[in-house]
Amino acid sequence: MKQLLTRYGATLTGAMIVATFVWLVGMVILPYLVMVDFSFRPNLLPVDIGTDKDHYTADNYATLFRNQIHFLVFLRTLWGSALATLLCLCVAYPVAYFLAMIATPGQAATFLLLLVIPFWINEILRTFAWFIILAYNGPLNGVLRIIGVISSPIRWISGSGAVIAGMVYAYTVFMVFPVYNAILSLDRNQVEAARDLGAPLWRIHWRVVIPHAKPGITVGCILVFTAAAGSYIVPSILAAPGTRWFTEIIYQWFYEGQNWQQGSAYAFLLLILCLAFVLAMMRIFRVGLADIAR
Amino acid sequence: MESKTARLIINIYLGIFLVYLFAPLFVMIAAAFNDSRFPTVMPWKAFTLRWFSDLWADDRLWGLGDEDGRLGAVANSVLVGLAVVVIAVPVGTLAALLLDNLRGRVRSFLYALMVAPLLVPGIIIGISTLIFWTRLGVSSGLHLSTVGQCSFICSYVMLMVLARLQRLDRSLEEAALDLGASHAQALRLIVLPYLRPSLLTAAVLSFFQSFENFNTTLFTRGGASTVTIFIASHIRTGVTPEINALGLVLISITVIAAVVYSVRRRTAAATAA
Repeated sequence: MKQLLTRYGATLTGAMIVATFVWLVGMVILPYLVMVDFSFRPNLLPVDIGTDKDHYTADNYATLFRNQIHFLVFLRTLWGSALATLLCLCVAYPVAYFLAMIATPGQAATFLLLLVIPFWINEILRTFAWFIILAYNGPLNGVLRIIGVISSPIRWISGSGAVIAGMVYAYTVFMVFPVYNAILSLDRNQVEAARDLGAPLWRIHWRVVIPHAKPGITVGCILVFTAAAGSYIVPSILAAPGTRWFTEIIYQWFYEGQNWQQGSAYAFLLLILCLAFVLAMMRIFRVGLADIAR
Repeated sequence: MESKTARLIINIYLGIFLVYLFAPLFVMIAAAFNDSRFPTVMPWKAFTLRWFSDLWADDRLWGLGDEDGRLGAVANSVLVGLAVVVIAVPVGTLAALLLDNLRGRVRSFLYALMVAPLLVPGIIIGISTLIFWTRLGVSSGLHLSTVGQCSFICSYVMLMVLARLQRLDRSLEEAALDLGASHAQALRLIVLPYLRPSLLTAAVLSFFQSFENFNTTLFTRGGASTVTIFIASHIRTGVTPEINALGLVLISITVIAAVVYSVRRRTAAATAA
């Protein structure tokens, strides 16, 4: 505090404190608190507000466990996001390893630029591209028929398969960058030493590279999982009718059910799910928050 | 260093990965030129530019105010993007300056709080913003989208500015203050010029982040439309290759921006070296 005053003076210090306060309290903390408060209230007609019916209740949370379909969708979201995260890790790890350990600096720079381009293109458009590819009369079925792998078209957009494929495509870059950054700081001599001592390839990765890349892997998994669990657009484009994602149910409560209290409770449950995942990953891989926001 | 087979396998893998990365984009671009009501590349009917003329003539996209004064999606997206830049860049910068001078527990706590919005799903940011302001009597609309987007775009700005601040040579400021500069002058003549590259990048990225945003906007927009909302609702209700034409335009802008950015960074690195 003293350092701030001598360095920037009273006016500027005041401006810093006010700006930070308005942001963190007015735009982050209060909105969440109000949302949580709202989620514990019943959905009342305007005339009933303020009467004895207007009291706190956990009813909106109980709905999830009473409604079997919603509970199933919640589990599907959890399971689907975890699967998408794991697949992203499998796809991204070799790329990150190549960029950090094998590629020349020039190659790595070009490759990173190539990676950034799809990353900057809107998630909706990237998902839409898969919608075209996987369509019943689309190019994937067309190519497979021409080369004779299948005789009749396959309905790719059924169940959650296409959703997970779309998410892996959309979020792989979230995994590549943190894992790449983590491997980059690994001393190549360690890999050399392991190899000279006769370790097979899988063991070099399992015992040397992956332990070193743990913070990056954790960050990547957190980014992919929260993006997948919170995604609205990928399931709304690529899911078959009838296989919904939890975010779509939240949207329904707001704009079809007109029950915002119920929607807030579901939104808070989604937030808890993401938070639980973040904390579990940090626990399992023993990574602190400071490593995450790098 | 790697054995030849290992090298071959990883090269094949990288090849497949690049195809996987770009094939969908090429399919989408190609479909913009196919004369088929449904966007596809197979069967290829005929080459056409009609989806581009449809796109160009679409008032929902380009409109600059109809009789009710409602703007088209592009104008809305640009306005929200500019508003986000105007709010998030100063707020994020001030927060970074504050954090840079704190130590210990307070710093860790504030840092965690500032980074947290990046880990929260966008729809939850949208919902909490919507409920908070509705209960204060402010109805939904793009002003709420702006506020909601700022709550996490400030975090990006803060991280970018903080990264550069930590390399600032403090003796420069001290010298300026010792020689009689006011605090405002030291900020204006020493700190801000030093931060300039970060501030510019932060402004551009904030605008892009806002322009691309869908999840937060979806819940806060009221009845207004932005480019992402336009694309999403178009895909869900009777999609035509007009969306592919729009996709091509957006992809071109992205590629140009990415190339310009990397070329500038390389020249900057070359002149610095």
